[in-house]
Amino acid sequence: MATVTFDKATRIYPGTDKPAVDALELAIEDGEFLVLVGPSGCGKSTSLRMLAGLEEVDGGAIRIGERDVTHMPPKDRDIAMVFQNYALYPHMSVADNMGFALKIAGTPKDEIRRRVGDAAKLLDLSEYLDRKPKALSGGQRQRVAMGRAIVREPQVFLMDEPLSNLDAKLRVSTRTQIASLQRRLGITTVYVTHDQVEAMTMGDRVAVLNAGLLQQVDSPLGLYDKPSNVFVAGFIGSPAMNIATFDVKDGRATLGNADVAVPASISAKVAAEGSDTVVLGFRPESLTPASAEEAGGIPVLVDVVEELGSDAYVYGRPAGPAAEEQADRLRSDQIIARVEPRNAPQKGEKINFTVRQGSEHFFSVKTGERLEP
Amino acid sequence: MELRILAAPREQQALLDLPWDMPLEQWPEWYLVALPRGISRHVVRFTRLGRNVYALKEIVKPYADREYQMLRDLARLGVPAVQAVGVVSGREAPDGESLDSVLVTRHLQFSLPYRALFARMMRRDTVDRLIDALVVLIARLHLTGFYWGDCSLSNTLFRRDAGAFAAYLVDAETGELHNGLSDGQRAHDLDTARTNIAGEMMDLLAAGQLDESVDPIAVSDQVVERYTALWTELTEWEAFDVNERWRIARRVDRLNELGFDVDELDIVTDIGGRTIRVQPKVVDPGHHSRRLLRLTGIDSQENQARRLLNDLDTYAAVTEQQGEDEEIVANAWVLDSYEPVLRAIPRELRGKLEGPEIFHEVLEHRWYLSENLGRDVGLEEAARDYADTVLRHKPDELAILGGTSAEADTTQPFRITWSDLQ
Repeated sequence: MATVTFDKATRIYPGTDKPAVDALELAIEDGEFLVLVGPSGCGKSTSLRMLAGLEEVDGGAIRIGERDVTHMPPKDRDIAMVFQNYALYPHMSVADNMGFALKIAGTPKDEIRRRVGDAAKLLDLSEYLDRKPKALSGGQRQRVAMGRAIVREPQVFLMDEPLSNLDAKLRVSTRTQIASLQRRLGITTVYVTHDQVEAMTMGDRVAVLNAGLLQQVDSPLGLYDKPSNVFVAGFIGSPAMNIATFDVKDGRATLGNADVAVPASISAKVAAEGSDTVVLGFRPESLTPASAEEAGGIPVLVDVVEELGSDAYVYGRPAGPAAEEQADRLRSDQIIARVEPRNAPQKGEKINFTVRQGSEHFFSVKTGERLEP
Repeated sequence: MELRILAAPREQQALLDLPWDMPLEQWPEWYLVALPRGISRHVVRFTRLGRNVYALKEIVKPYADREYQMLRDLARLGVPAVQAVGVVSGREAPDGESLDSVLVTRHLQFSLPYRALFARMMRRDTVDRLIDALVVLIARLHLTGFYWGDCSLSNTLFRRDAGAFAAYLVDAETGELHNGLSDGQRAHDLDTARTNIAGEMMDLLAAGQLDESVDPIAVSDQVVERYTALWTELTEWEAFDVNERWRIARRVDRLNELGFDVDELDIVTDIGGRTIRVQPKVVDPGHHSRRLLRLTGIDSQENQARRLLNDLDTYAAVTEQQGEDEEIVANAWVLDSYEPVLRAIPRELRGKLEGPEIFHEVLEHRWYLSENLGRDVGLEEAARDYADTVLRHKPDELAILGGTSAEADTTQPFRITWSDLQ
């Protein structure tokens, strides 16, 4: 087991100027489950492959524990790519199916037996070691395949979108299995996905990348509660955060008739950067329906209502007198609000929402960075 | 969702008749052809439409689309791979439940999965030849910038090639096309190949389908050794004294001998002009098969071409036409030797093996027959005897029929799907 350190690691593909991964600095703790997430082309897979030794590193260094592996061949790095291959061999016993790769590596027999025994115990397969895969249930076979990676006792597990070829339902059950197994094993794991829900549900910490740059690395809740910039704010959370540019004046942020109080410290920061606008974000659950007369409300015309049983979401667009300006300044196509289920508004209705005090996120219009009061 | 069949018009028509509203696993027998399958993580079935056999693989849509595109790209690059026919998506069961997409590929005629080969022969040298073919395939793929990601015997099909084999890529699901591969990508690909091949060999050994003298680990080590040697010959800089310029020609000859043409050679002379360094830049496999195709129009594998070209040379010598124009001699050889041999094979036996392979076997047969009879046997006589005593007893390899669904467990290794999760 080991820590993993990306030390200003950079990858520039031949023939391009812009780095695919730009001076990535990331310290992954021993035993941690770290998820790399971001839209396609953000550099997450490239980062993982740099760690695996599949991509060259053009600048900086990568360390596993104290070892500098920057230019080491993949097989010397003591890592395992998981779930790349999970076919079982029908004529070999469960023990052989789990241990055959160790045989190739020249591991002594006693050592193989010990490791297979340990992995089997962990996977509840001890009593099946002498059987053929045919005699096992589907779930047990699956665990044998996992055992194959586990017996290698690598310092780091690497997983590159292992669930992407599954349908949505299976993805959910499998991600729980992987996460709980990783916690039992305690082996440092780096996991790549484009799906922010997967990232949030599996990772101890999540690193968000965009355009080759690390945006933020934090616990799932940390990312949700304190996104460090507009990109993270928009990327993390499902449904997404509502984000729009507001005018700042006299301690209020306004956009048409929408009106939100701004802490003095934020106003000061906005003024300090010579600006009179601020990017304001509020999550769907921060919106509460208000009476039409209430000041500072955002009138929304309901396009779609999503009833999930435990929740309901309203998808709509600005509908007040300043609707056009509001829509222009909105970063997304729609306004999303969580409402009481079983009592949700109808399509075509107009509702006035207000933003719950203190739940707003402020970002600089100049840099996109978070402004803390 | 609507059912969408992305394929060439002719094949689209035929594909329409299949029961797409059923999971592949539940398709009734009469739609299917029993072919031995490799170890696959997906449901794979074979079906016959018209004169062709098709392989169907059930897989989520983005993967189906991606692999389809990848196989098309590989075909454009001239890589030996199965031919992608189409993707069927938007499938729905009668109860409205949506089904995964299906990637359709055309089954490679005369191709053999390794399990079918081992069901009949299990000799050490067969294993060596399989490995050689696979190594050439991996090197070719790496030269074009293709990272396989899951190289194994299961993901490869083999065609007979004058006593040896030619390997074809069947599964490009994990593949990636790059401008060029890093050393790390090549090393990892090779490491995966090594582990998979060892596993597959150990399984054959456990099944009693492999000669005891074959050591799976030694075989898998051989993959790495042979690949390294081939890769070095294909790509390494070679330095020598300016007086040894003949070594340039020798390097080209060696590459030709390995079956590669050199399209571009990088030559650098040092400042004093005493040392020359040479590196092949663009090498193109299929040296012999291209030459045979150009001369005779016969489409063959590399070793078959080598064999046929040798016979062509012998023919030129025997008929004293060595000074003649190559094309003219080749034309005469086709009329005097190649075609008469194939014509001597009864029509019903022609589906057993490919033409060039039959010709190769007849040449071998003629040699043995002449030795036994103590006289020189003519080609046509050898061909007739070969058809009766050898070819007639061979299984039909146009589409090899090995395993049946009745003995699924022995011919088809386990597939694990995530849906098996408890």
